[in-house]
Amino acid sequence: MVNGLNLALQFLDSFAFIVLAAAGLAIIFGIMGVINLAHGEFILVGAYATTLAATQLGLPLVVAMAAGTLVTALFGLVVERTIVSGAVPNAVGQRIAGRDVMEPLYDRLADSMVATFGLSLVMVQGARIVFGNSIDQIATPLGEIAYGAFSYSTYRVVLSGVSIAVLLVVYYVFTRTDYGMRARATIQDEETAKALGVDTERTYMTTFAVGSGLAGLTGALFAPIVSMQPTLGDQFLVEAFVAVVVGGPSVVLGTALSGGVLGAINAVFSNLFGTFVGRIMLLVAAMIALRFLPEGITGFIERVRTRRQEGA
Amino acid sequence: MSRRTVSRRRFVTAGGAALVSGLAGCSNSGGSGASTDGASSSDVVKIGVLEDQSGNFALVGDPKHKASMLAIEEINANGGIDGKEVEVYSRDPQSDNQRYQELTREMINENDVDVLWAGYSSATREAIRPIINRNEQLYFYTTQYEGGVCDKTTFAPGPTARQQLGTVLPYLREEYGPEIYTIAADYNFGQLSADWVKVLADEHDAEVVGEEFVPLSESSFGSTINRIQEADPDFVMSMLVGANHTSFYEQKASAGLEIPIGTSTAMAQGYEHRRLEPPAMANIYAGVNYMEEVPTESNTGDGGFVDRYFEKYPDAPYLNEEAETNYFSTYMYKQAVEQAGTTEQPEVIEALESGISLGTERAPEAPDGETIELDGATHHVDHHMWVLRADEEHNIEAVADRKVPEQFLSETVGCDLREEAEQTQYTPRDYYEEAE
Repeated sequence: MVNGLNLALQFLDSFAFIVLAAAGLAIIFGIMGVINLAHGEFILVGAYATTLAATQLGLPLVVAMAAGTLVTALFGLVVERTIVSGAVPNAVGQRIAGRDVMEPLYDRLADSMVATFGLSLVMVQGARIVFGNSIDQIATPLGEIAYGAFSYSTYRVVLSGVSIAVLLVVYYVFTRTDYGMRARATIQDEETAKALGVDTERTYMTTFAVGSGLAGLTGALFAPIVSMQPTLGDQFLVEAFVAVVVGGPSVVLGTALSGGVLGAINAVFSNLFGTFVGRIMLLVAAMIALRFLPEGITGFIERVRTRRQEGA
Repeated sequence: MSRRTVSRRRFVTAGGAALVSGLAGCSNSGGSGASTDGASSSDVVKIGVLEDQSGNFALVGDPKHKASMLAIEEINANGGIDGKEVEVYSRDPQSDNQRYQELTREMINENDVDVLWAGYSSATREAIRPIINRNEQLYFYTTQYEGGVCDKTTFAPGPTARQQLGTVLPYLREEYGPEIYTIAADYNFGQLSADWVKVLADEHDAEVVGEEFVPLSESSFGSTINRIQEADPDFVMSMLVGANHTSFYEQKASAGLEIPIGTSTAMAQGYEHRRLEPPAMANIYAGVNYMEEVPTESNTGDGGFVDRYFEKYPDAPYLNEEAETNYFSTYMYKQAVEQAGTTEQPEVIEALESGISLGTERAPEAPDGETIELDGATHHVDHHMWVLRADEEHNIEAVADRKVPEQFLSETVGCDLREEAEQTQYTPRDYYEEAE
C-alpha cells in the first residue's frame, strides 16, 4: 500500500535533490556552453567548507552555509580565470613569450569536458591529501515530522522550499536585472553584444561564479545529509546531467520541469519497488527523453510554439 | 647487480605514485635495504600488500595498509621472520578492480612475492582470484565477508557473515523480537549476507518481513526509511557498504526512525560513530570480531595494539576491524614460515594448514580476544566475536561476546583443503531452502 503523504514527501525530496544538483550545472552549460564535469567537486567544496566552518570555526549552521557558498563562488572565479577563460595563463604568456597560450573553453563542449574532468580528478585527490578520507560530519537540524506510523526529516522538506526559492531567484536575476540581460545577450549573440558595449568577458566570469556559487549552495545544504568524503560529488553528477538533458536549453524552466517530472518518476518507483528501481527509472526516463525529445522538454515546448506561430 | 638493487630501484619508481596518493609505508623497505646489501633474494621474505589508499574504499582500506606496515615494522625490529628481513612491495590499487588485476600480476610475476595481502571488497577478491589460482599464489583476503570461499591458496582470516550476523542477530532476536527488515548493498556481499539473515532467522525462530537491496551509488534513503516504517519490524539488519551508504544512518536519525539496527558493516569498518554527530548511530549493534574499543588486554592495555598503532600513525583517525585482521594475519604468516623453515609457498600453506594460533605464549598478538585460531581445513579463523552497541553519545559498550568458530565451510559444506585442493565459493543457497 502506498501512503499518499509518503509519496508527496518523497516527491518533494527528489524534486529538491534534482533541482539543487542541476541548477549550477544548467547555468554554466546553458549560458557559457561549458560542460562542467567538475560540478560534483564544486558541490564538494561547498559541503566541505560548510562542514569545516561549522565544526572547526564553530559558526552557526546558516552562517557556515553562507560561507560555504561564498567560498565555492570564489573558487569558481579562480577556475574561470585560470582554466576556462585562460585569462591568467594568457597574461603570463604575453609577458614571457609575447603571445596567448590558450583559447577560452566557451562553447567548446568536448574540450571543456576533458579540462573539467581533469580538474575533478585533481580536486578529489587534493581533498583526500589535505583532509584525509573523511571529515567529521554535522548533524541534520530540525528534527522530524511524524504522521501515523511514518516520519520524515523536516530538514528535507525545508530543502524543497529552498529549491523553489533558488529557482525563483535565478529566474529573477536572469530576467529582471541588468546582469541577467547582459548574460542573455551574450548567449544569443556574443559579437553583437560586444559591439553594443557589453563586457562579455566579465559576463562570462560572473556567470561562472554564480553557477559555482549555486553548486556551493547545494553542497552547503546537503552537508548535514550526505556522507563527508572526497567522492561525495559523484552522487550529484548523474542526477544533474539527467536533469539538464531532460530539461533542455532553458535554464530555469528546464530545471524546474525536469525536477518535477524526474522527481515524480523517482518518488513513485522508489516508493513502490525500492530505491534501485527508482534509480533505474530515472535513467530510462533520460533515454526516452533523448530519443523523443532530443532538445529536452523546453526545446520541445519551443518547437511547438514556433510551429503554432508559423501556422497562425 | 643483485636482484635486491633492482627491487629498490623499482621502489623509487613506485615512490612517485606513492607521493601522489599519500602512501606512508614505502620507507620501510627503503630502510631495510641498507643493512642487507649484497644479500641474495632468498635472505629476504617478500610480502606484497595491495590495499586501497584512494578511491571509494580508501576510508576502510587505508587502515589495512597501515596495519600491515606496522606488523612488518614490528617483525623486522624483532629480528624478522626466521632471521630474514621482510621486504614490502606495496602499491595503491585505487579501489579499481582492473588496476587490482594488473598489480596482482605485477606482484606475482615481476616482484615474485612470497605472500600477498590484497583487496577490500568481495568483488575485488573475485576479480583477482583467477590470477592467484593460476599462479598458485599464497594469498590473504582479510576483509570480513559473506563467507564460503574454499580455495587451496587463499586464506580468509576475516570473520564471515555467519560468524558476524550469527553473533548479533540472535542477540537482537532475544532483546527485541522476531521480525527483521534487511537492507543490504546490491552486490555479491550484500545479496549473500541477506541470504544468511534468512538462514539465521530460521534457526532462531525469527522472520524476515522485508528486504531491500540498495545500489552502491545511492545516497538518498527517504523511501527506504518509509518502507521500513511501513513494515514495522522489531529490528533492522543493515549490510550497507561504502561511503555513499553512510548517509543512511544520518538520514534515519533525522527522520526519527528509532529502531535497533544490527550490522556487520557499520562502525567497525568506517567508524561512523566517530565521524557522524550523535545520535545518528544510537542503538546500533555491531556483530564483529574487532573494533578499536574491544576491551581486551592485548588491544587496549598499556602498550597494546591500539597504543602501538597510534604511536606509528598519530594522525590516523581510527583502527578498524580489517586493520586488525591484516595485523594478526601477518603474524600468522610469520609463525607458519618459521614452522615450515622456508618461504616456499606449498610448504608455508602446509604449515598454515597444521593450525596456527595466536594469543599463545609464543605468539601473543591476538587483539580481538584470548586466542585466534586458524582452521587448517577451511583456511578460515575461529574468532572471538563481540556485540558492540553505540549509545546516544556514541560511546561503545560490549554487550555480549563469545568464541565463534567458522561453521559454514567446516560443518555444512565439509570443505577440507588438506584433503582436496578446491577453488570454489559456496553460497548459502546451495545448502539452505530458507535462503532461496
